[in-house]
Order: sequence, then structure tokens, then C-alpha cells
Amino acid sequence: SKCVYTYKEHRDPMLKKRDDFEDILEERRNSSDLKYALRCYTPVLYKGVTPCTSSMLKSMVLQSDQLHYVINQVSKETGKATDDIKEEASAILEEMAQCLQLSTVRFFAFTLSKAFKTLFRSICVNEDGIQRLQQAIQEHPVVLLPSHRSYMDFLLMSYILYTYDVALPVIAAGMDFMGMKFVGEMLRMSGAFFIRRSFGGDKLYWALFSEYVKTMLKNGFAPVEFFLEGTRSRTSKSLTPKLGLLNIVMDPFLKGEVFDVNVVPVSISYERVLEETLYARELLGIPKPKESTSGLFKARKILSEDYGSIHVYFGQPVSVRSLAQGKVNRCQFNLVPRHIPRRPSEDIASFVNDSAYRLVRAQEENMVLKPWVLVASLLLQYHHQNQAAGQKRGIALGELTAQAVWLRDLSRQYGAFLHWPGTVVTQVFTIILLALLEQGLYFFELLSQAVILLSCASYRNQALHVFVRPALLALAIHTASSNQKQEVFNSFSFLRNMFSNEFILCPGATVQDFEEACYLLVKTGALQFTQQEVLVTERGHRTLAFLSTMLDPFLQGYQVVCRFLCEEATETLTEKQFIPAVRKFIKKLLLAGFYLLLFLRFSFVCVCVFFFTSAFYKMHNCVLCVCVCVCVCVLSR
Amino acid sequence: MASNSSSDRQRIAQQRLRIIAGHLRAPVDSDSTILAAECKAQGSKTDVSSERKTVPRRRQEILKWNGWGYSDTRFLFNKKGQAEFTGKRYRLSGMIIPALQNWFEGTFGASVQHKSPAMPILTSSAVQPPTLNEAFVDELKSTGIPCSHDAEDRVFRGHGHCLHEVFALREGKVGRVPDIVVWPNCHNDVVKIVELACKHNVCLIPYGGGTSVSSALECPPEETRCIVSLDTSQMNRILWIDEKNLTAHVEAGIVGQELERLLNESGYCTGHEPDSMEFSSLGGWVATRASGMKKNIYGNIEDLVVHVKMVTPQGVIEKGCQCPRMSTGPDIHHFIMGSEGTLGVVTEVTMKIRPMPEYQKYGSVVFPNFEQGVACLREVAKQRCAPASIRLMDNEQFKFGHALKPQVSSIFTSFLDGLKKFYITKFKGFDPDRLCVATLLFEGDREKVLQHEKQVYDIAAKFGGLAAGEDNGQRGYMLTFVIAYLRDLGMDYYVIGESFETSVPWDRVLDICRNVKARIIQECKDKGVQFSPLSTCRVTQTYDAGACVYFYFAFNYRGLSDPVHVYEQVEHAAREEILANGGSLSHHHGVGKLRKEWMRETISDVGMGMLKSVKNYVDPKNIFGNRNLI
Repeated sequence: SKCVYTYKEHRDPMLKKRDDFEDILEERRNSSDLKYALRCYTPVLYKGVTPCTSSMLKSMVLQSDQLHYVINQVSKETGKATDDIKEEASAILEEMAQCLQLSTVRFFAFTLSKAFKTLFRSICVNEDGIQRLQQAIQEHPVVLLPSHRSYMDFLLMSYILYTYDVALPVIAAGMDFMGMKFVGEMLRMSGAFFIRRSFGGDKLYWALFSEYVKTMLKNGFAPVEFFLEGTRSRTSKSLTPKLGLLNIVMDPFLKGEVFDVNVVPVSISYERVLEETLYARELLGIPKPKESTSGLFKARKILSEDYGSIHVYFGQPVSVRSLAQGKVNRCQFNLVPRHIPRRPSEDIASFVNDSAYRLVRAQEENMVLKPWVLVASLLLQYHHQNQAAGQKRGIALGELTAQAVWLRDLSRQYGAFLHWPGTVVTQVFTIILLALLEQGLYFFELLSQAVILLSCASYRNQALHVFVRPALLALAIHTASSNQKQEVFNSFSFLRNMFSNEFILCPGATVQDFEEACYLLVKTGALQFTQQEVLVTERGHRTLAFLSTMLDPFLQGYQVVCRFLCEEATETLTEKQFIPAVRKFIKKLLLAGFYLLLFLRFSFVCVCVFFFTSAFYKMHNCVLCVCVCVCVCVLSR
Repeated sequence: MASNSSSDRQRIAQQRLRIIAGHLRAPVDSDSTILAAECKAQGSKTDVSSERKTVPRRRQEILKWNGWGYSDTRFLFNKKGQAEFTGKRYRLSGMIIPALQNWFEGTFGASVQHKSPAMPILTSSAVQPPTLNEAFVDELKSTGIPCSHDAEDRVFRGHGHCLHEVFALREGKVGRVPDIVVWPNCHNDVVKIVELACKHNVCLIPYGGGTSVSSALECPPEETRCIVSLDTSQMNRILWIDEKNLTAHVEAGIVGQELERLLNESGYCTGHEPDSMEFSSLGGWVATRASGMKKNIYGNIEDLVVHVKMVTPQGVIEKGCQCPRMSTGPDIHHFIMGSEGTLGVVTEVTMKIRPMPEYQKYGSVVFPNFEQGVACLREVAKQRCAPASIRLMDNEQFKFGHALKPQVSSIFTSFLDGLKKFYITKFKGFDPDRLCVATLLFEGDREKVLQHEKQVYDIAAKFGGLAAGEDNGQRGYMLTFVIAYLRDLGMDYYVIGESFETSVPWDRVLDICRNVKARIIQECKDKGVQFSPLSTCRVTQTYDAGACVYFYFAFNYRGLSDPVHVYEQVEHAAREEILANGGSLSHHHGVGKLRKEWMRETISDVGMGMLKSVKNYVDPKNIFGNRNLI
């Protein structure tokens, strides 16, 4: 059978070599910020750079063949005069374009230094990664892909690059920021360009936007930075990638307009995200406050809190050329002029999609995990069990410590990038626990308890990528009707498909994922393989139990939505009505005393809702029923 | 009146001869005509009608057996380490080239101390004894057509000038070579040979000038039949000239320089000047769809050919008239042109001829960068005012050309050069590491040439181009003729290289140049080449819809265990890159066996089927079994 265990030694995640970190705030604490902000800044540029200004870029875009073509097309379709459309285009571009200015950057360098020093204990950066980045920038146009957990991300990126004398990026930002008086313009002058959240049908907008990004990239004006996940992840779990911008930045390579494009995944791990409680509230249905300058001022109280440290890991630059090697036939662009916009062919669409997943995985791999994350995972599992048993007691500190050490070793073997502060384990936990208690882990009031638990869950989520494949296997073994390898694989494959929008699971890589999971579980002595069967070892039970419990909240989330769809949903539910309706449904369940712990999984419900909304319209009802059955059957064991 | 005008014409012809000889020959001094004659015809003094042997049957008497060109002409680094070009045949011959050593060592990280000399002579033990088809040989001998199975003769016809072929020869390695060489003297001889070959089932491989760079002359190793190399070099007469229609009927074995020289004597020219014209033959041009440097005025081979006669196993194929154009179904000439010796032997060709141009002028333009240069060429093509030749060299090639400047005789010239350099780099602000140069060749009436020249320079000025003198232009064209000799020099010092070409639409020119050059550099790095290679290109032809681009690529192979294999991998990658960037498989070198693997994607399955069905009909027994093309 195809699912034989062949995961090779050399892919052992434990052997992954990672760079050392350097704290950039340390120097800031010891020397003048003003001097730092005014220092000489001479970054290395792309060797093929055509020097140009922001305004030249705009005119290049407006004069491009692509735009001419689209303008003529739009003019034909709408009957508007081309001149009018040109003016419209020019206005859109004006609204979109960045105007990177060093003086603004210097201003930010100064103020951010002050702010960062108050907020964070350290900002740790891998300097080797910076050096690789510098090299990459010189060789080819570069795309920076940071993970997105906080508004801070792009300010932080530019701040770090400025500190290391690396070329400052231009950043794709949501239009929301532009609404902020003054701040929007400041961001624009520090390299942000603004895009509308949705412009699906607007040909002109799409042409302008893609041409603008491509022009900056091709000319080596600056590295282009955007967030693959499209939006901030509210749950600390990587979101499935959005492909629009990735398509755009890969296009110049595919069409031969540049020799190669280097894509650099950047993993930013926060010990504590600034928006922590905000996210939890948002997940509970309290709308996100609109971005505004006054809001920013009101939020200044966060300055008084401690947000720990940040780890920023610049990953290995990935050459798009080598990614595309053997996957894309570039000759397909030979028969039609390249400036005529065309829907990407099937092989390109799947190539971009695959690459996107690989890149998000590359981000995940280098996310630094704190002890906190592991402890949160353990605490949540205990909490659930206690709740289910109707108890309201905590866990003994000694036991928790022992558990955490066990989990630490396990996650190391699974290749987690742990940042474990020496041997003072107990001390660390004590601090954490105290913090938890202070914030009211055992409050009885529904809303605040939920907020705390959701925050906890979001810590747990940071470690999900380490465990997700083995966890799926553990669950598969649990649910499979027999120990036959093929059975287990089938069940794994079903679960994996079901969760394909929940976790970062590269499409079409079921066999690889299965092999990876088998390899890890065999390596840690939890599983044994015979010719035909999969056997759980004596000491493997604990690992498997932990792993499958990790996925429980997700399963339950899906289950509730399925129940809702079966029991309550009417055919005419729109997407807007859907989420509040599910919320109401869950509230009803909770009040009826059903599964009290379900409340915790609220977040996941929200996340998976989008998946199910589309599923609701597209999928056949019986498929949904299968989902439900499996969820229920898993839970009933 | 009549006699007057004819003597006038002769005088003008003499004068034109001197001019046209320019880029091929030794310095124009008092006895330039004599030198010119020496260059093209080994000093024989006969006229058009008499039989002439530009290329003797024993080619090795005047040509290198394991390198390019004439035995007496080569580059070498003398005891002082200065480069020298030996012989008397070229303008550069006998001169010292002071800058070459520095350029060579700097570009390749090579050293004139580290030699990698070739095997001086061929050991006949390296050559497999011939597989002879006795019955065929007996009947062939009874026809009286000269033939030989001498090892040297056979080895000489078993290769073209691909890098791997020459490299193997330099190491004294010989693979499968033809078993017999025959020298037909006329069309009828060929008919007899082909008949005999069919009768006795032997394999025929036509051989013209031997300048192939597509492995087209390599004998297929799997061929078990007796392989006969059919050398057309003795079929080299102009059979008639038709001055009313301006056509000439020529035997296909004639080599380019001989054809031009003979026609020049009557005041005509074909204007077809491929870079290999000293050695390549008319039949070879037809069989590979050759292109000439001056195609802008005279056209490529397909524009020049009026009538072709080809001997195939099914008989002789030719049109029944000499008409300028016909609407009679697909043009059968297009089955012949580009057939690469797989269907038959081209024996006679009627070609268009033109009166010799009255005036010829070189020129050059310096551009601040390659992009501007390409934009200018595109504009020239758009306005359809391209001179006889216009070529754009990139920065690396400009420097290369510069390194080939012969020693200057006077302080004044070197002062002028310095001044020129100062003007361009300092006053005009051109970056010496980015600027590039276009070389130009104008031909025609004096007045028109001057007018044309002005038009082109005006366009160039719009793209920031500065006229940079005739000398630069002329040296640019000289590079074409000596480049193959330079490769031999490189191979003496651990440097191997090759050139290859493509054609590409205008909007792709810049992209393909950049990407292919970068790909070569990257592949070399990946394959363990220690020193960054020379990777350079030039745009050599302009068309309405695109251009022809030529790449040079060479590297220092010290430290590599199998340099030829590395070379082949890099060239393969470069060709893939060309195709991925919308370039063609070949513009004029042909497919041969080297590029066969890409034919299907180039011409589609149906296209392949069409070619194969033609082959199956014309040559069902695969008598013309060189296995090129399909």
C-alpha cells in the first residue's frame, strides 16, 4: 500500500539547525535613541535596481501596457471615455501608493524605540537571517512574508530592518489604516501602500494594484512585504494563506520578467500579543473597534503593561525559481502577449497554492514557543476534564511541572523551536499560575471566564503546528475500525480533509503528512508498525491521549456547527446571519447545561464558520451528515 | 561605348573588392588585393571558368584537424605573455594584442602559466578500422568517383565544431566516424552514389563545410551499416550567371568566400555572409536554413534561393521553372531547406545575385546601457531602416571586443583613445560597466549610405546613443570571424566555451538576455565551476516581429573532473531557459542531434508527424541516416 512508512531520517525535524538570537533592544537601552534615529542609513540594494522615486513608479504604472489594455477594455465595456478612466485610475493609484520617506522612518525609529523599550523586555532577532536577507536583496527582488499576529508586525519589521541597515520594505496594508487621520499618512510615508479589502470584480483596480506591486518588485525599488494570512490571526493559529498577492509577486518570474524572486518567510513570535483580550472579545462576538487615531491614543494604557519579549526569525530565502522547477511550464506564456491579463492556468494555480502552504509552514516552523504555551495546553486539558467531571479544582504545582517537562521533551522531539529559560522551571510556572489566578481563571461569570480561557487557548494554539500531524494520526487510530494500516490511513485522510481549512496542511500531501506523523510517533516509541498493523505501545498511550485531546475542541466546534445546520438552519441563511445564529444556538446549548466546556471552543467555531458557510451552500447534505456522525462517534468514545 | 562601360565596371569592381574584403582580410595596404586573393583562394590565380580547389580533398593540408580554421592561423600567448595572432590571412594577423592576456586572466581566473595543450597529431590506432560494404566499394570504384578510407580523411568528416567534438579531438579521442569518404564532382556523380547506396543499403551522410554546431555530422553510434561521407567540396563551380534575371546557378559544394570572390569578379555578389562563410558551403546553408549577417539587404537563404536540385533515394527533386514565387501548394523548397541531410543531397542551387555595392561603411554607437540599445534597435526595426547589419553587444562583449584591440602604433592614437574614453565615461556620464555598443554596416550608393547613416544615428541619439566611430564597428565584425580561433586559445588554457543562438519576439528580448545569462551563471555555480563564467550576448539581427540573439558562454574548467559534461548540462539548461522565455529552438544553427529532444514541443505532434511522413516517403530505408532533426 502507498501509505507505508518511509519518512526519511534526514527529514527529522529535530535535526533542524536554527540560528542564535540577538536582542536589539539592549543597545537601545544603553545608547541615545536620537542618535540612532539620525544615524547614517545606507542599505544594500538590488544589483539590477533602476533608481526611481515614488512618483516615477506611479507614472510607470499608468503608462504600462497592462494598464492601457485594461483601460481600453473597461472603456469598451462601460462606454466611458478612456481619458475619464485614466483619471479614475490615477486617483485610485494616488489613494493606493506609498511614498517612502527616510525622515518619517527616522521619526518612527525614535518613537518606536521609546515604545518598544516600555512594552517589551527584549526583541530578539536572528542576525544570520538578516545577513541571508541582505544577500538575497542584492541578488534578486525580495518578498518578505511575516506571520501576522498583531498590528505591531509591520512596524516591527521596518524597525528591525532599519536597525540592521537593510533596505526598507513597501508594505501592503488594509484600507482600514488609511481611515486613521495623520497616522495613515505617516504609515504611507514609512512605506505602506493601501489596498481595498475586496475588489473582486473591479478590473481596473486589480490591474492597477497588481501592476503597482509588480513594478516595485521588478525594478527592485524595495522589498515587497505582505501577510500571507491576509489578516491578523485572532487565535494565534496560522490561517490558511490568501493567494492574491502571492500570485502577483510570482507573476514576474513566471513570465520571465525577472530571473528569480526570493521569498523570505519571517516568523514573529510574541510572548504576549498586544491585542490579547481584544481578540478574545472579538471571537465572542464583540465587534472589532474601528481603527482610529483617537482609539490609538485611548489604547496607550497598554504601555503600562509587560508584554515580555518578541522573537523574530528571518527564515531561509526561498527561490521561486527553484520552487517552480518542474512544476510550472513557463512556455505557456509564449503564445499570448504577456500584458493581456489572463486567469492563471491550472498548474500555476496549484503551484501558487502549494507554495503558499509551504511558506506558511516555513513560518510556523520557526515560531519560538515559550514554556507558557505548553503549560497552557496542559492546563486547558485539565480544565476540560475537571469541568466534564463537574469538579472545580486546579492541578498540583509539582504535577504540572512534571507534566510540562514531559511535554517539553516530546515537543522537542517533534521539532518545536522551544525557548526554555534554563532550569528554573518551577519558578516560571509559579509566576504563570499566579498570573492566571489573578486574572480570574476561576471566575464564575460567563464572559470573563470565556475571555481568559480563550486567551489560554490562543497560547495553546501556538504549539498546534508541532503536534497537528501526530495528533491527527492519534485521532485516526482512535477512530479507525481496526488497527489495519490501510484503515488507519483512511481515517487519517478523512480527518485531514475535514481539517484542511483549520490547520496548515499542504493540499495533496496526505501521504507525506501521514508518513511524517508515523515517523514521529515511531521515533518517540509511541507506535510500532508490523507488516499490516499499527500498534500502540505501552508508554504510547499517554502521548496518544494527550495528542487526540488536543484536537477535541476543534472536533466539538465542528460538531456544534453541524448540529446547528441539521437542527436549526433554514435554507435561506445568509453568511451575515449565520455566525450570530450559531452563537445563539450555542448559548442555548450552554444554558441547557449541555457540555459546559463547549463555550471554550467558541473561537474555533468562529474560525471554522467560514469553511462551513461555504460548505453549507456547496456540499451535499449527506456529506455534512457524515461529518456530524464522525464527530459524534469520536466524542462518544 | 560598350567596352568603355565594361572596363569601367571592372575598375569599379576591383575597387569594391578592396572594400568588401575589409573585415575579412589583412590590413589594407599597397598590395591588399593580392593578400585578399590569398585569403580566399590559397593564392591560385585562375579565373571564373577554371576549376579551383579552395578546399582540397585532403582538408587537413590547410585546415586544423582538431580546431577551427586554417592551420597557419591561431592565437597564442608568446613568451612575454602577450597574445599574438599568427598567419597572414586576417586583418589582425601578425599583430600583438596587448590587452587580451589581462582580460583573459581576469575574466576566467585562468593563467597563461597553466596550459592544457591538445594532442598534436592523430594516432591512427585511435580510429576504428572501417566497416566496409565490399560490394558497394567495388561498384563505387568502377564509377571512377574518388574515395578514401584513410583514417585522417574519415576522422575529419566525423565531426562538426561543437565543443564536445573539438574537446574529444584535442584529447585524441575518436568515436564512430564514417567508413569511406567520397568526393563527387558533379550532380550526376551524386545521383550515381545515391543509387549505389540504395542498392547496397549503406548509410550516406552529406558533408559540406563541416562547420556544424548541432552535432549534425556526428555518426550515430548505433548505425551498423557502412557509413559513407559524401563530401561535396569538389562541386564548387558557378555553372552560369543570368544577368537579365540576376541569378546564378551554382554547385552546392562551393564555400561562401569562394562564391563571393567568383561573383565579385563579375561585379556581383550574393550578399549572403554567415559568420562561417569562409568554410561553410552553399548546400549546407540550404540544408540548415542559414542566415547571413547582411540579411537586411539581401535576405536569408530562403529569400535568396530561386531553385534547388536535391538527390534523394526516390530520385531528384526540383521545381520545373525558375520563378520568383509560385502558388502551387506548400513550397517544396521548404521540405529541402532545413532538412539537415536527412532527405538527400543538395547538388545545385540557383541563387539571386546583386550588383556589388558601390560603397560600404562601418559605424558604431555607444549606448548608456543595454536596455536603451535594445529600444533603439526596436525603433530601427519599426521604421524599417535597418542598415545591412546592425548588432548590439552587451557590456561584457564590448569589453571583450576592447581586449582584442591590436597594439596601437602611435602615441597620438592612444591619446585619442584615452580622450574618447574620457568623453564617454566622464563627460557623458556613461557607466563603463553598463554601457554597450551597437556595430553598424551600411552598404549601397554612397549618397544613400550617408543619408541612411544619418537617419540611423538620429534614431540612436533619441535613445542616448553616441556615434563611436568606424573603427569600433569594424572591430566588432572582426570578432565574429576570430571568435572561433579564440575558443581554441581558451582550450589551450583550461577554458571551454561555445556560442548558441535563438530568435525571440521584441517584447521578450531584454528578458531573455537577462535570464539566460543569469541561468548560465547560476548553473555553472551549481555544477561546481570555480570561477564565474563569461556569459554574454548580443542582438545580431532585427526583424519586424523580433530579433535574433546570440549568446557566448565560456568558463575555466580547472578542478572539474568532467568539464564537457558540465558544459553540456549548462548549455542544456540555457536552452531550456531560452524556450521558457519564448525563444526559438534555433534561429540558424539548426537542430541536428543536439537539440532534437525539443523538436516535438517546438513544432507540435502533428508537425513531427508531417516531417516523419515526408522522411518515410522520400527515404524509407533511411539511407540518409544521420538521424538529425526528427
